[in-house]
Amino acid sequence: MKAYPFDYIRAESVDDVLSALDRYGTEARIIAGGQSLMPMLNFRLARPEVLIDINRLAELSGIEDRGDHIRVGALTRHVDVARSPIIARHVPVVAEAMTHVAHPAVRNRGTLGGSLCLADPAAELPACMVALGADLVVAGNNGRRTVPADAFFMGMFETAVDDGEMLIEVLLPKSGPGTRSAMDEVARRHGDYAIVGAAAVAEMDGPAFRDLRLVYFGVEDKPILARETAAALIGQSWSPALAEDLKSTLAQDLSPNDDSQASSAMRLHLADVLARRLLPRLADPDGPHPSRTENESVSR
Amino acid sequence: MSDRSYSVSMTVNGEVVNANVSARTNLVDFLRQDLELTGSHVGCEHGVCGACTVRVDGRIMRGCLLLAVQADGQSVETIEGMAGDPLMTSLQDVFVEENALQCGFCTPAMLLTAHEFISRVVETGAYRPDRDAIRDTISGNYCRCTGYQSIVQAVERVLIQYETAPTKAPNGAPNPGSDR
Ligand SMILES: Cc1cc2nc3c(=O)[nH]c(=O)nc-3n(C[C@H](O)[C@H](O)[C@H](O)COP(=O)(O)OP(=O)(O)OC[C@H]3O[C@@H](n4cnc5c(N)ncnc54)[C@H](O)[C@@H]3O)c2cc1C
Ligand code: FES
Ligand code: FES
Repeated sequence: MKAYPFDYIRAESVDDVLSALDRYGTEARIIAGGQSLMPMLNFRLARPEVLIDINRLAELSGIEDRGDHIRVGALTRHVDVARSPIIARHVPVVAEAMTHVAHPAVRNRGTLGGSLCLADPAAELPACMVALGADLVVAGNNGRRTVPADAFFMGMFETAVDDGEMLIEVLLPKSGPGTRSAMDEVARRHGDYAIVGAAAVAEMDGPAFRDLRLVYFGVEDKPILARETAAALIGQSWSPALAEDLKSTLAQDLSPNDDSQASSAMRLHLADVLARRLLPRLADPDGPHPSRTENESVSR
Repeated sequence: MSDRSYSVSMTVNGEVVNANVSARTNLVDFLRQDLELTGSHVGCEHGVCGACTVRVDGRIMRGCLLLAVQADGQSVETIEGMAGDPLMTSLQDVFVEENALQCGFCTPAMLLTAHEFISRVVETGAYRPDRDAIRDTISGNYCRCTGYQSIVQAVERVLIQYETAPTKAPNGAPNPGSDR
């Protein structure tokens, strides 16, 4: 199918975007990589009067080490995040997540900011932001504000970006010496959206959990932080005995969706399976935990 | 609602093209209908099948998820423009030898995808013989005919050929972006 007609504005600066948003209000839609918006237009699920193209805004691209955090511009392409040595070194959970996002041609065009602003509940990157405790910087005509990832994702396809605003960049805290992270998902085909996925970032004290942010995606309408499960693990070292109780604490944290992909019970089961895969990796990263990324360095 | 036209100028397969396009015209329709470059195909129009794959500024992309107006000032390459590229020629030959195509609908996109993959391997030297990596790369391209076995086989053969002869680094290989 073909999109409904629309007008097109090529923005040259953030101010251009903001003034166009101001002028057209909800009739306008920002286009970044277009890897989600274009299908919506082609299927006539979206009908904006005008598209504001931000692809020429060089200031919104790039990955920068700023000492205690990494700044990633909203327009940075998935492929560049996936291949960045800065990301691999300081925020490895994002590098690992990228290997699960779509396929090469989509990763060459899709952007980090687009994925976060879309806020698909089954997407990997929003969950990583919550697990990391990242800050997201949003610009509007009244200036800029910083929104913690916990408050950014509000529901299905719903974020804290208000009308007239745009996402500029994300600030990712660097992994410290005791920080460990891991992510994994269950999908019908590698590269597809997850049926259930999880991202975990932990502070470790030797084999014991000092702090843990275990975040699920594809389970509810936004990324869900498993607080009770983390509380039950903190202060403990990983052991098979701990795994026995996981499902019941996960059931306190998660109210999984029931849909044509998977029942609620199935999702809870998969959440448990993923926890049992991820938590031992955090406790003992050198242990025998086969990960896809190890034998697949090429297509990244 | 208006259907204004926008003037664009881009390089397509090495030649400068000037045209007027409607904002909603996607790149692959523009290439096929206006420029009669029908090597890139249109399947699903929502990014899933990969038949519309083209190269924009050296990287493979979905032609159905880009607007022609967005390609203004950029360099676009289609399968037609890759004729004579040594790596592409090898891929085409081995696809025929391995019977890696039947109807050919998916083939131009498969070739472009494989070309980027092999170029990247040659550039980074990062390959470890592992068919999963090939499968993973082409999993964004649907083939309704051959089954993927022969496609994977063909890509692997060319990959080994290029990997063991690094001096034959592909000319005109894409620059999939420098690693930052
Ligand atoms: C075949 C296929 C498979 C895919 N598989 C996956 C997958 O497994 N996992 C996954 O996470 N994603 C997947 N995607 C989606 C892909 O990651 C997209 O790139 C991403 O979700 C959207 O990013 P984009 O830059 O393309 O944004 P666009 O499509 O351009 O925009 C998406 C939305 O965000 C808004 N927006 C974009 N940038 C900004 C900004 N800076 N400020 C404010 N609003 C903004 C747009 O207005 C729009 O509403 C897939 C896509 C395809 C086509
Ligand atoms: S037509 Fe573009 S991906 Fe199917
Ligand atoms: S050869 Fe027919 S679709 Fe692949």
